[in-house]
Amino acid sequence: MFGTRIGAVRPAAALSLATACVLALAACSSSGGSSSDGPSQAATGAQALAGQTITVYSGQHEQTVKALAADFEKRTGVKVDLRSGDEAELANQILQEGKASPADVFYAENPPALTVLEEQGLLAAVQPDTLKSVPAGDSSPKGDWVGVSARTAAFLAAEGKPADTAPPASVRDLAKPEWKGRLGIAPSETDFAPIVTRMIKTDGADATKQWLLGLKANAKSYDSNESLSAAINSGEVEGGVIDHYYFYRLRDEKTAAQTHAKLHYFTKTDPGALVDVSGAGVLKGGKHQQAAQAFLAYLDSAPAQTLIATSESYEYPLVAGVKGKAELPALDTVGQVASAADLGDGKEALQLLQDTGLLA
Amino acid sequence: MSTPHSARSADSPSPLPRWRAAGLLAPLAFAIVAVVASPLAFVVVQAGQAGWDQAQRLLGRPLIATLLWNTATLAAAVTAATAVLGFGAAYLVERTDLPGRRWWTVALVLPLAVPEFVRGYSWVSLFSSVRGYWGAVLVMTCSLYPLVFLPVAATLRRADTAAEEVSRSLGRGPLATLWRVTLPLTRPALAGGALLVSLYLLGEYGAFAMLRFTTFATAIFTQYKLGFDAASAAQLTLVLVALALLLVLLEAGCGRRGRVARRGAVGRRAAAAPLGRWKLPALAALAALVGTAVGVPLYALGYWLVVGSSTTLPSASVLSAALTTLGYAATAALVATAAAVPVALYGWRRGTRLARAAERAAYLTRALPGIAVALSVVHFAIRYAEPVYQQPPLLVAGYVILFFPLALTAVRAALAQVPPGVEEVARSLGTPPLGVLLRVTLPLVLPGLGAAAAMVALTAGTELTATLLLRPTGTQTLATQFWVYTSGLAYGAAAPYAALMTAMSVPPVLLLTRRTLGTNSRTEDSR
Repeated sequence: MFGTRIGAVRPAAALSLATACVLALAACSSSGGSSSDGPSQAATGAQALAGQTITVYSGQHEQTVKALAADFEKRTGVKVDLRSGDEAELANQILQEGKASPADVFYAENPPALTVLEEQGLLAAVQPDTLKSVPAGDSSPKGDWVGVSARTAAFLAAEGKPADTAPPASVRDLAKPEWKGRLGIAPSETDFAPIVTRMIKTDGADATKQWLLGLKANAKSYDSNESLSAAINSGEVEGGVIDHYYFYRLRDEKTAAQTHAKLHYFTKTDPGALVDVSGAGVLKGGKHQQAAQAFLAYLDSAPAQTLIATSESYEYPLVAGVKGKAELPALDTVGQVASAADLGDGKEALQLLQDTGLLA
Repeated sequence: MSTPHSARSADSPSPLPRWRAAGLLAPLAFAIVAVVASPLAFVVVQAGQAGWDQAQRLLGRPLIATLLWNTATLAAAVTAATAVLGFGAAYLVERTDLPGRRWWTVALVLPLAVPEFVRGYSWVSLFSSVRGYWGAVLVMTCSLYPLVFLPVAATLRRADTAAEEVSRSLGRGPLATLWRVTLPLTRPALAGGALLVSLYLLGEYGAFAMLRFTTFATAIFTQYKLGFDAASAAQLTLVLVALALLLVLLEAGCGRRGRVARRGAVGRRAAAAPLGRWKLPALAALAALVGTAVGVPLYALGYWLVVGSSTTLPSASVLSAALTTLGYAATAALVATAAAVPVALYGWRRGTRLARAAERAAYLTRALPGIAVALSVVHFAIRYAEPVYQQPPLLVAGYVILFFPLALTAVRAALAQVPPGVEEVARSLGTPPLGVLLRVTLPLVLPGLGAAAAMVALTAGTELTATLLLRPTGTQTLATQFWVYTSGLAYGAAAPYAALMTAMSVPPVLLLTRRTLGTNSRTEDSR
């Protein structure tokens, strides 16, 4: 008979069900209107910023940004709530949030993510002094976001293979028939499209399309730069185009003895020798405009740039006078900065990548 | 209280024509379905914003046909393979004299404890040849067959064996009985499991990307990642929704013939069919299946723990991330299960088309890519629930919306075992409606509720995409920490998080197995 059993179970079941239902309703049924107009801190001076909290959406290497945020907090007293994620997902999130976004700063990995927000009018103008601290070409031509650090595209080759002993001088070579079956690419990565965009500028859309078709015929396609680096290191493919820092991060993880790949840079003027900038912008709808601007100013200050230059992310600083890691070749010897104006929002490159079937 | 639905019930074949509590149940069920199906509304509205021209450009590409073909053939192959493996394994442990059946039952469910992103990654890092279509079929089959195995095994364990015994006594051989009697008996369970498998395959992206196999979901992802274009992504997503609708209708067609409820007084275990000389091959097959599905991910995890030079002693943050993960997974499990009860109960009590349609709509979100669901929650929450935006309840709501179909399946399966008429009996004895629910119906489905909660906890504990988008700023779960390290190539540092996630998944897997199969046969016999 189930009389006794049920008696024992009932109170617990009823309680948990009731609690859960209340929770569900609380979570599901919205609480009506939104109360968006909280008190906006009208800070007047640098001291007034202390005690504020800004929210930073970051698509950048988390360990480095954490160190930067901690240092900024120490210097200004402004607390940083760091929200790390994939830069594209964060940009999509901000697009859905619109003006109500809780983000004060968006720190991206590539210019297109920032340019898309700029086009939607979601970014505020960066303070002129901050813009002046880095070369003009490293920031948005409209001045809505500022460059912070840089990396360069290069060719990673499996050690000892023909791709390593006779590396390509130009990224254009990789579409030639002799590379058939030897290459890997990661076309769905946000780092790859800028190379395509640059190539459209230098060689024209038709030539770029032919180049992409050649690449498609020659290369295996990988889902990420991480997978591609691993595939090159294991000799699964002979080589591929990748940002320089993936090599150093791979080496740190695998140890030098276990690293069977070598980095080769393209000729400095080649479209493949693309220096890509990571930048940051202030959200127009953010409630802490001054503190957010202060964070951007900090990112392009000497202490922050030194932190970036010495961190395990192996990126290049942009501010003059701050030296990069000693083992990295000087940035101006290995590539040219792709100006934000040239990179745009990357939609033309996306279209070509889709037309050629490199991307779905 | 009279609603349009309860008014209609007079001319519908409802088991409880004058059930007054239905007046409350119907609106509650519809409200819950409205919330968990909200991502569908989001996708439709967004798709409309992109316009017809863009839809034509996107869908008119020659590649689209290839991608649809890839998705369809992959879903067909994996669903078929999981059905065969799931049914075969369930038959072996429930109907034969296979040695160590109890042990095998648990081992066969263990692949569910392996986090999603570890599955794909472990295969790719160990075998460079596991790629493309067949690689995807292999990895997905190994990961997903427990979704079929569990419900089929549960059905076999509970079902009255009389029909099978009659079949044998009438001279049908074991194979003929298996095909003509046992298999049809498990049809609802098979169909339900297959539906979950196939819906999941429609929206999955990450594992296929690692395996270098492009599906329709890849195209959706491209629009989000490189186009920053949620509207175009939504147009493509609608195609997946249409496919999901087809699958849901298909399941409704072949999985719902009759109830599984035992009508006889006593449920007996079947006399075990002797395997004879097939005993060794059967053992070898199960060992191969478990060894592949559990062994490969475990080996990869161990490898990274030992070899990765970034491996450090897990810091205190591992502990706090584990507690956070546990808290969210448990809360989401409770809420999702509680939300599934009214919907399943409504569909069970009233066989109306409307009730079944509501129930099925809840399944469609399972086919949406995780990012679409997460962005939908962002979209609605920031407009209509701003106080909880990026607060803990938002992440819980995200998990509930994502994994509601899992909870619903388990609760439905439990309700299907309740003999029809018990509620009427209790009512006729003078118990008030709420009393009937709390003292009769819920206790009968309690094991099913446990299974539902375990299933949701298991999946929510390893979720990444929605977690990154919906978590309170600064909150770290094991999955987000794993992601932080792997995206910096520090697999050694990431490994402890993945290992802990796997270890923490084992108790829910055990609970799921026990609750789904039921270890206490006395409670069943007491009816």
